[in-house]
Amino acid sequence: MISAQQVSLRLNGREILHQVDLTARPGEVTVLLGPNGSGKTTLFLCLSAQLTAERGAIFLGEQDLRRLSRRQLARRLATVPQEHHPVFPYLVRDLVLLGRLPRLGFFAQPRGADRRVVEDILELLGLTDLADKPYTRISGGERQLALIGRCLAQEPEILLLDEPTSHLDLRNQVMVLKLLKNLATTQKLTVLLTLHDPNLALLFADRVVLLEAGRVLAQGLPEDVVNPENIKKLYGLDMEMISQGARRLLYPRLS
Amino acid sequence: MKSRGLWVWLLSLAPAPVFVLALHVGAYPISLTELWQALTPGSGVPEQLRAVILQVRLPRIVLALLVGMALSLAGATLQAVFRNPLVDAYILGLSAGAAFGCAVSVAFLPAWPVQICAFACALLAAMLTFGLARTRAEVPTLSLILAGIVVSALFTALVSLIKFLVDPHKLASIVFWLMGSLSLADWHTVMKALPWIAAGALALWLSRWRLNALSMGDQEAKSLGVEVGRERGFFLLAAALMVAAAVSVSGIIGWVGLMIPHLVRMLVGPDHRRVIPLSMTLGAAFLMLSDTLARTVTGGEIPVGIITTVCGAPFFIYLLKRGGQESWKL
Repeated sequence: MISAQQVSLRLNGREILHQVDLTARPGEVTVLLGPNGSGKTTLFLCLSAQLTAERGAIFLGEQDLRRLSRRQLARRLATVPQEHHPVFPYLVRDLVLLGRLPRLGFFAQPRGADRRVVEDILELLGLTDLADKPYTRISGGERQLALIGRCLAQEPEILLLDEPTSHLDLRNQVMVLKLLKNLATTQKLTVLLTLHDPNLALLFADRVVLLEAGRVLAQGLPEDVVNPENIKKLYGLDMEMISQGARRLLYPRLS
Repeated sequence: MKSRGLWVWLLSLAPAPVFVLALHVGAYPISLTELWQALTPGSGVPEQLRAVILQVRLPRIVLALLVGMALSLAGATLQAVFRNPLVDAYILGLSAGAAFGCAVSVAFLPAWPVQICAFACALLAAMLTFGLARTRAEVPTLSLILAGIVVSALFTALVSLIKFLVDPHKLASIVFWLMGSLSLADWHTVMKALPWIAAGALALWLSRWRLNALSMGDQEAKSLGVEVGRERGFFLLAAALMVAAAVSVSGIIGWVGLMIPHLVRMLVGPDHRRVIPLSMTLGAAFLMLSDTLARTVTGGEIPVGIITTVCGAPFFIYLLKRGGQESWKL
């Protein structure tokens, strides 16, 4: 479990986050929705200790984030960054293997046990056939999977993903989100991610947090939170909703 | 992909034949039989021949091996730490910094080992270049290279200033040494460079896997549990140590650190668990070979820096032309 309590942060005199409360639980997919510039990425940077909150605190379970070293943190929390700029064309297998780094000592080299963990992950993600390809020469969806694989090799409790679907086509978006949902249920992972599409949040989220101008607008079950009123507040768009059984679909009114 | 294993073997064994070749050829050619006899005591080889081998040729070859290894390793390390395949100690100004340190030491601190001052200045140069190039959390490729040019120019100017200030006797020794040559090698020089280069190489060898993490960029390295500032410092320290030792015994020899790690990556892939050891062996083999050419191609001695530059400059142009489609973009 990861929770933010009353987290506030100012950058260059501008208030980016204001008393943000948020909780993501094990076994659940928690989706953070909000327009560009609402502070989603900044909040993620705080949650992964890349930025330090000015006020408030972040807890992993019972433990204050500030009391953990980078190494300790990396064994419990793994992140997939929004942008990844490759420089060296590592093989997919070597990229995933890098996730073992926080589990080993400074001068250690990965051993057989680490390689076995990696092989299992490659199989779980269906990447076995791509394992010996440079990760710069595979599709965007496959690369996203490989980066998720690197996270899994850290054997974390918590997985943070900043817009994991932003550069993917629909098929790959659904593939990645299904996988994350599956990981949350089967491995009791705490999965927290940001999305742009409220409908994908409705489909895959167990909990939704709405962020508007650095404040939490609402959080709770998707069917309670993702409705035309809230989405209008977030994006300034008039929304319509259609329901069929338990399914709902939101779309913007065009005239 | 299949050929990678073969390349690993070829590159690891490369120094051995070059070593033998280097002993064999020279102003005074020595046959393989004579070589063998000279190395086994009491075989009746003329003392003169034994002296040529053991006191002249062997220390020079060993020094070429050490310096080649140091420059190539430093290059591989800097490329990973700065996420930039186009840099090495020469381009980033570490070599010029070390040269300045040596000049200061020779001119004003005759009691100190030259390597201490060279090391301090190489490290200073590395930090200056990094500080100049860094904008927020990013170190853009071009600004890094430009910063390197600026820092190099600064330290080169300072070396000229020292040349201007010192007495003619010291001036001669500074000028000769700056040309980048291994012709002064003897066992004493080898022993001066060896501990530093060995320490740096050992540190890099042991922690080489971590270069993969650092090469992912600050933010991702942090998320993998890396204390980025501290580890970057560790690797820069190791690189500066080796460059300082290399420059202090052989002057400025450029391009080895740029070319060799690149070649290694082309042949066996970018994983630093392989790139580090093989840059070490190929760097050693390359400089031994270059130095053998330097002392045999003409009647006299060509500074070995000329040979490495003649190989390195076209290679750099080739990389620039090929850039973007392969492993990196400018």
